[in-house]
Amino acid sequence: MVWGARVLKALASGFSHIGRSVVEGTWRLGYASRFLALVLLRSGLSFGRFSLVVRKVYFSGVQSLIIILVSGLFVGMVLGLQGYETLVRYGSAEALGTLVALSLVRELGPVVAALLFASRAGSAITAEIGLMKATEQLSAMEVMAVDPIARVVGPHFWGAVISMPLLAAMFSAIGVFGGYLIGVVLIGVDDGAFWSQMQAAVDFRHDVMNGIIKSAVFGFAVAAIATFEGYDAPPTAEGVSGATTRTVVTSALAILALDFVLTSFMFTGQ
Amino acid sequence: MAADTLVDIRNLEFAYGARQILTGISMTMKRGQVVAIMGGSGCGKTTLLKLISGTLRPSSGEVVVNGEAVHLMDTDGLARHRRKLGVLFQFGALFTDLSVFDNVAFPLREHTDLPEELIRDLVLLKLHSVGLRGAHALMPHQLSGGMARRVALARSIALDPALVLFDEPFTGLDPISLTVTGNLIRRLTDTLGMTSVVVTHDVAESLKIVDEVYFIADGRIAAHGTPAEVRDTRDAFVHQFIYGEEDGPMRFHFPGGSMDADFGLGGARA
Repeated sequence: MVWGARVLKALASGFSHIGRSVVEGTWRLGYASRFLALVLLRSGLSFGRFSLVVRKVYFSGVQSLIIILVSGLFVGMVLGLQGYETLVRYGSAEALGTLVALSLVRELGPVVAALLFASRAGSAITAEIGLMKATEQLSAMEVMAVDPIARVVGPHFWGAVISMPLLAAMFSAIGVFGGYLIGVVLIGVDDGAFWSQMQAAVDFRHDVMNGIIKSAVFGFAVAAIATFEGYDAPPTAEGVSGATTRTVVTSALAILALDFVLTSFMFTGQ
Repeated sequence: MAADTLVDIRNLEFAYGARQILTGISMTMKRGQVVAIMGGSGCGKTTLLKLISGTLRPSSGEVVVNGEAVHLMDTDGLARHRRKLGVLFQFGALFTDLSVFDNVAFPLREHTDLPEELIRDLVLLKLHSVGLRGAHALMPHQLSGGMARRVALARSIALDPALVLFDEPFTGLDPISLTVTGNLIRRLTDTLGMTSVVVTHDVAESLKIVDEVYFIADGRIAAHGTPAEVRDTRDAFVHQFIYGEEDGPMRFHFPGGSMDADFGLGGARA
């Protein structure tokens, strides 16, 4: 009897825990949606301070260039090596350019660049906004009748959204160059075949544009997550560090999930 | 409301959820006065400042500043109210990505269309009034705590507000910075004809510069008067607070269980 009561109590506690998590999760999702709606509604005010948006493009985009370019180069070089090893077995090593370019433009460029962007710029955005909150800078702005969402969050958000597709494009471009270095310069695949097959196989609208759309969607997701986590961070050292971690983890999961959804719409059945 | 009254608070009540913070608070602050609000940590002093600035809304009661009911203001009304208000945060809350000059220029650039040459002159004048004209090119991380507080003071008076709220302006300052900050608050109040409300624990420094003092205990006004009146008070709490006595209504020990239960004396164990 006592044992039965204990089981019932444990079950009730488990259900209550699940219920509380669902309610809290729903509440937080609603709060995040409201926050995003506010950021978008006040975008006009953010773009009114255009120099701030440009400064945040520098903060998110230009300062991420090194990691994006170096990673892109190595990813392209690895693609060149692995691709050649596979293609040469089937006697189609000259298709290396096509393999490298399509892999990068359609998939690896947007996804890997977005993952790197979330780690480098997303975490920095969260930390900056979170620390501004912890040191009362956002409150100071509010009591000066300056809207922190328009003045701080909006420029960060749009700086990230603008930077992401540009960084993904650079990642893909330098990746193709990496593939060229390995395939043509090092291994000796025919130069003309490498470029001409690539040119023939890569369609601008279908491949390049879809890649750009993907990276824009990823940029939007990372920007929304990073700014929200920063704005919502508890104003303590632990709170800011937790928010920064959440930005990287949530962004990575969001990027991979969104990539699956977008790929299923863009590239299947064609 | 008398013509010389700037802030009029009537029967103010405020609660965070079920936790009552302020009960039956009524106070008036005249133009040109420095008024101190004192009390133990967590007694609701800072909450009172937030109610005056309109950051929080009372559960009931009225907050009237310059004839306008702050508790009834909509977003636009609050923005207008805050443009006539200066707030000095506990640690200054300077914007860490802006120089000293740009911090003080911030409210001028956000709320006026003044030409940059005029803003430059105004900023240097404000910085001169706090003794930091020579520090205009420094960044906030290059300032000492006292200097940061003075820059924040210059920023809070940039738009010549009628009312300035000071949240713990003396915390963590060395004796010289403490005297300098205290004298600055008094001098600027007199020369600019503004009203200053100072929330503080620092009895010695604040009693030197203020015209009136309100003591808050358990969310209620425990005593009110001029510095001379409160020094001669018979109220046990105020006496203990002013003279820093260990024995009195404010207990050293936080309320808890009995010693016997906590230490397992006499066979008892919590």
